[in-house]
Amino acid sequence: MSEKKFSKKHEWVSLDGDVATVGITKHATEMLGDIVFVEVPDAGKAVEKEGQAAVVESTKAASDVYSPISGEITEGNKAIADDPGSVNSDPEGASWFFKLKIKDKGEYDSLMSKDEYDKFCKENPS
Amino acid sequence: MEVQKTALYNYHKNLGAKFVPFAGYEMPIQYKDGIVKEHISTRTHAGFFDVSHMGQFFLEGDETLIESLEKIIPADLKNLKVNHSKYSFLLNNEGGIIDDLIITRTEKGFCTILNAACKENDIKQISQFLNKDHKHLLNNDLSLIALQGPKSVEILEELIPGVANLKFMTGSNFEYEGEKLYVTRSGYTGEDGFEISISNIKVEKLIDNLISNEVKPIGLGARDTLRLEAGLCLYGHDLNEKINPVEANLKWAIAKKRKEAGGFNGWEKIKNLLANGSEKIRVGIKPDGKVIARENTKIFSSDNNEIGFVTSGTFGPSVNAPVAMGYVKSEFSKIGTSIQLEVRGKKYGGKISELPFYKKSYVK
Repeated sequence: MSEKKFSKKHEWVSLDGDVATVGITKHATEMLGDIVFVEVPDAGKAVEKEGQAAVVESTKAASDVYSPISGEITEGNKAIADDPGSVNSDPEGASWFFKLKIKDKGEYDSLMSKDEYDKFCKENPS
Repeated sequence: MEVQKTALYNYHKNLGAKFVPFAGYEMPIQYKDGIVKEHISTRTHAGFFDVSHMGQFFLEGDETLIESLEKIIPADLKNLKVNHSKYSFLLNNEGGIIDDLIITRTEKGFCTILNAACKENDIKQISQFLNKDHKHLLNNDLSLIALQGPKSVEILEELIPGVANLKFMTGSNFEYEGEKLYVTRSGYTGEDGFEISISNIKVEKLIDNLISNEVKPIGLGARDTLRLEAGLCLYGHDLNEKINPVEANLKWAIAKKRKEAGGFNGWEKIKNLLANGSEKIRVGIKPDGKVIARENTKIFSSDNNEIGFVTSGTFGPSVNAPVAMGYVKSEFSKIGTSIQLEVRGKKYGGKISELPFYKKSYVK
């Protein structure tokens, strides 16, 4: 598994061959608060880079989760749909959102490293 | 308009509050624990809420004050005993709800607790019916603290002896730290609890004492999930000027005597609705799955006709499921009726549900 890369919309991506795993960052869960609903995409769905791919809702509001990378969904994580609260406890581990077969590794390479992402969050507090 | 702050603003900040603009005020939406934990600790222990943004509007006058107020408020104010409170509303000429409120009889008149977003207009509307002998004051020198939850009574009795004797929807004057304050046994969470009207100068001291009794600060986020589980309306969402008390399923709040005798704004219309029913009515809604049907979600019948809309919807931490309220055509309002909720373009099943979603018994 490759190192995690990060998007400005607070998703993380790791890469295993040409299959990427996508989730939302710890920072994102802290901004959202208690997560009470998750909708993940079905296998076979095509997603574009920065296209809407999943939904996450906290007690406060609903937010879209975007795919930081283009490809075809191979699996949505049903476990987090059944237990949305698990996203708060392990957002960057077991509570990934979806896996997809990517088309262009360049999209992955262009994302931020962990250090760059931490810096980005500090400079863009919300 | 300049953003307003309550006397406890800095106190909230030090407690780690996240603020949001609400009705012209910077108010805490949550603290460090987050909405779900705040909600649960209110239901299992006790929590305090700064509701000082709400208007504490005092009216004084002779017998004619009652006649004046009864023109816009459909409660039986004549027979309301001193220190007793009623949930009621201000009505416009069409019977629409200008605001919902709690009115308490005081020694010299009445005190009403008004929604922050409505208070300026409320005072204008009420004033139309007052005469020169009626005095009124929106008291901004007072804070209002709600203490809610099963442990509220034992905690507050320690600080303010005597409050344990209050019955639900009654109040009294008490002494605290050498100063007079007014406490009612009431609230808006479905829990036992109190609302404490206290000077801005003494409020921090009271909160210090509550916190040292392990009372958690609760923000507007949990206030919303608590009141929705309790089936209580939020003005501006579940109620507005175009909705009347019959549609809002609040006809119980119109005094029996007033239903018959009338003499208040919109009575003709309301009398007719009481006799014949309204076209739409407020109901509780439970989505079948985990999907949250938020405000403005369209409601469809099982055969795909649009029948209404959601006015409040969230995840109910104590119910451990999504809950909502909304308006449907009256023929679909029977408890258990299957409906569909359109969320993000997809239809999800749900049912008309009994209100409240969460039930506790008040101290009577």
